[in-house]
Amino acid sequence: MSNVISVSGVTKRFGRTRALDGLDLEVRAGEVHGFLGPNGAGKSTAIRVLLGLLRADSGTVRLLGGDPWKDAVELHRRLAYVPGDVTLWPNLSGGEVIDLLGRLRGGLDRDRKRELIERFDLDPRKKGRAYSKGNRQKVALVAALASDAELLLLDEPTSGLDPLMEAVFTDCVAEARERGRTVLLSSHILAEVEKLCDRVSIIRDGRTVETGTLAELRHLTRTSITAELAGPPDGLADLPGVHGLRADGGRVTFEVDDDRLGDALARLAARGVRSLTSRPPTLEELFLRHYRDGDARTANGSTRTAGGDARPVDGDARTASGDAR
Amino acid sequence: MTGTGSLVRLILRRDRLVLPLWVLLLAVLPITQTAGIAELYPTERGLREFAASFGANPALVAMYGPFTHWNAAALGVWRAGFTPVLLGLACLLTVVRHTRVEEETGRRELLGSTVLGRQAGLSAALAVAASANLAVALVVLASFAGPGYPVAGALATGLGYAATGMVFAAVGAVAAQLTESAGGARAIGLSALGVAYLVRMAGDSTGASWLSWLSPFGWSQRMRPFAGEVWWPLALSLAAVALLSLAAYALAGRRDLAAGVLPPRLGPADAVPGFGSPLALAWRLHRGPLLGWSAGFAVFGAVVGAAAKAAADTMAGNARLMEMMARLGGSANVADVFVASVMSIFGMGAAGYAVQAALRMRGEETLMRAEPLLAAPVGRARWMAGHLVFALLGPAVVMLVLGVAVGIAYGASTGDVAGRLPGVAGAAVSQLPAVWSLAGLAVALFGLLPRLTALAWAALALFLLLGQVGALLDLPPAALDLSPFSHLPKLPGGEVAATPLLVLTAIAAALVATGLYGFRRRDVG
Ligand SMILES: Nc1ncnc2c1ncn2[C@@H]1O[C@H](COP(=O)(O)OP(=O)(O)OP(=O)(O)O)[C@@H](O)[C@H]1O
Ligand SMILES: [Mg+2]
Repeated sequence: MSNVISVSGVTKRFGRTRALDGLDLEVRAGEVHGFLGPNGAGKSTAIRVLLGLLRADSGTVRLLGGDPWKDAVELHRRLAYVPGDVTLWPNLSGGEVIDLLGRLRGGLDRDRKRELIERFDLDPRKKGRAYSKGNRQKVALVAALASDAELLLLDEPTSGLDPLMEAVFTDCVAEARERGRTVLLSSHILAEVEKLCDRVSIIRDGRTVETGTLAELRHLTRTSITAELAGPPDGLADLPGVHGLRADGGRVTFEVDDDRLGDALARLAARGVRSLTSRPPTLEELFLRHYRDGDARTANGSTRTAGGDARPVDGDARTASGDAR
Repeated sequence: MTGTGSLVRLILRRDRLVLPLWVLLLAVLPITQTAGIAELYPTERGLREFAASFGANPALVAMYGPFTHWNAAALGVWRAGFTPVLLGLACLLTVVRHTRVEEETGRRELLGSTVLGRQAGLSAALAVAASANLAVALVVLASFAGPGYPVAGALATGLGYAATGMVFAAVGAVAAQLTESAGGARAIGLSALGVAYLVRMAGDSTGASWLSWLSPFGWSQRMRPFAGEVWWPLALSLAAVALLSLAAYALAGRRDLAAGVLPPRLGPADAVPGFGSPLALAWRLHRGPLLGWSAGFAVFGAVVGAAAKAAADTMAGNARLMEMMARLGGSANVADVFVASVMSIFGMGAAGYAVQAALRMRGEETLMRAEPLLAAPVGRARWMAGHLVFALLGPAVVMLVLGVAVGIAYGASTGDVAGRLPGVAGAAVSQLPAVWSLAGLAVALFGLLPRLTALAWAALALFLLLGQVGALLDLPPAALDLSPFSHLPKLPGGEVAATPLLVLTAIAAALVATGLYGFRRRDVG
């Protein structure tokens, strides 16, 4: 029983939309697991299925050894949840909400609450709408982090937090891991994922497209090469596995699938290499490739390299579509 | 003002069912009453007699306003005297719904960042209210002019309604600027409406008739439709609309989006010790409406109770009226009949409260506030139970308060509190099975068809209509029997029949159980 969460082949439809379409997800005990994917990929839906708020149409879901739909109440004693879009009651203060959620879970540690409120620089006396988005988020974060839950389900917990508070959040999650907690962290903020996550799963259109440690993911991808050649790079563009070749006189830049790296280097060597730099893909390049259309690993002739607009916008479509639902 | 047009279209789209429904229902009330009276009393003599006895009844004058003329149209409009109150209520709630609610939920922010002008939301809500009121006026005009009643009277009725509706739309617009929460704005608006009604009531039932000139309800009544129309009171309404709208715009221009004029207060940093269960949360969410409804029912109950004895005294000895009332109320004791008919009106009010309290669950769900609780160790049934306590016991408290208020005031006027109170309080409580059936309907819809919860309101509107005009219209019994209120014993005065009460309670229980069953099996969100 080393898996805290194991999901396999889960589908969930909303009318015509297939929000989840054969999702697989394994989260091991004690790890911080990054849960990534473009907007509308189904991350929030998957978390709601894990919480037993939605019922999966098919597939199996196990959480902390139980069935999240049938054993919801029992399982919820052992987990804490931070929604992506926190709404508070207009006539309750933040402190009251934190206490309410804590007591529902069987009581909370006052000192810990006070400490977290201080660290997150939150005024617990304000009410509902008086909080900014980031501050509403902090209320939910303090409530979850002050609890003694084994498992934290965090759906874009830092959306709306300023960089200072993001750093506090990163510390808090790191501490939670040290205390042996398991964390499922859905996020669009790659720096956060890189800092915190032991393993990540990337989903798109309700399906898992990649799972593994960041090192493993990097391994499966491409290396960026920049080289100064003695002559023109003839034949390089036709080489299988080479993408996005740009040549400017003797200077070439391109990306190459890692399993074709040898061939490409041999070809370059044949032209006479004056200088060569290679670097592994940045995390952004890695994710962007997975987020975009088409199968990431067989993407052919990709000239779409990461540009200045690389960071995916973090935001929540839910506020926009709230009324339509 | 930019974007007002597109916001108007948005509002009309969102309200495409509710808005035409109340416009039409309210606009046909006076002609329905008129037609009923004209059919019951085809001769002038009959009408005069009916008018003489009813018009002299201070309790009815207190409820409907001063009596003006014995002709069928004037009588019908008079008997429909509650329409302006309902219209004012509908306009007020509509304006708050499309201004403050939008801001509170943050939807306006989303639209506000597009090319909307600052005041577009307010303008759009007022424009929609104005169109609705205009539609009411036109329907009233057409409904009377069609069968050949005088056009001037029809116009005075319709314009009087529209003017009152607009005054309260503007009241809603001002209230929406004051507080951050929609609930607070509604409470302010409803209080203004209640005060306006009570002031008119006091003016018409005591010697101080100048008081009625302080109330928008008084202004439109003093236009005397079908009784030698007077037009200038319309100017008072229009002036009030203009002043209130200006005030709303001025307030809106000076505050930030989503903020109120009244500053929000800080709350406690820690919750009080007992605050840690779904029930405790439900109490915080429901206590405001519960206290508001209780206070309103206590005040109205006291006024009605105090008027009952006077009603009995005036009517005693009028055999024809007694017979007529007995037909409506089921008893020969006029005061009892009067109290019984009032109880059923208040029963409908309590049903409105019950539906509102039950649908609070849907509100919590769509605003994503149910999620944090259901993601904590709180079962679905336990979460629902917190709200159900208030949807079911809240109306019981409210009706009991009403019964006690009526009983004490009535008993005091007859010098026999101990004798009157139990019967009157019992009569109030006997409305509950019907009230609960409507609450049950709302709960069942929430569990099974959450997108169609508005049907509970439609059912209540239908029952209200059946109760108001059903007896006069000779509708087939099967239609009248649709309403749970038609099965209640006519108390005080009538026979206490346990069977209908038990059956209605059982139906309510079954509906609530269905709702619980449905919600435990469906997706949340
Ligand atoms: N209650 C619902 N009814 C209908 N469709 C829904 C509902 N909830 C989610 N969806 C749809 O399911 C899909 C997945 O949505 P989900 O919220 O899970 O995405 P996400 O990965 O969390 O996206 P984001 O990064 O924007 O938060 C979307 O197409 C969304 O429109
Ligand atoms: Mg999401």
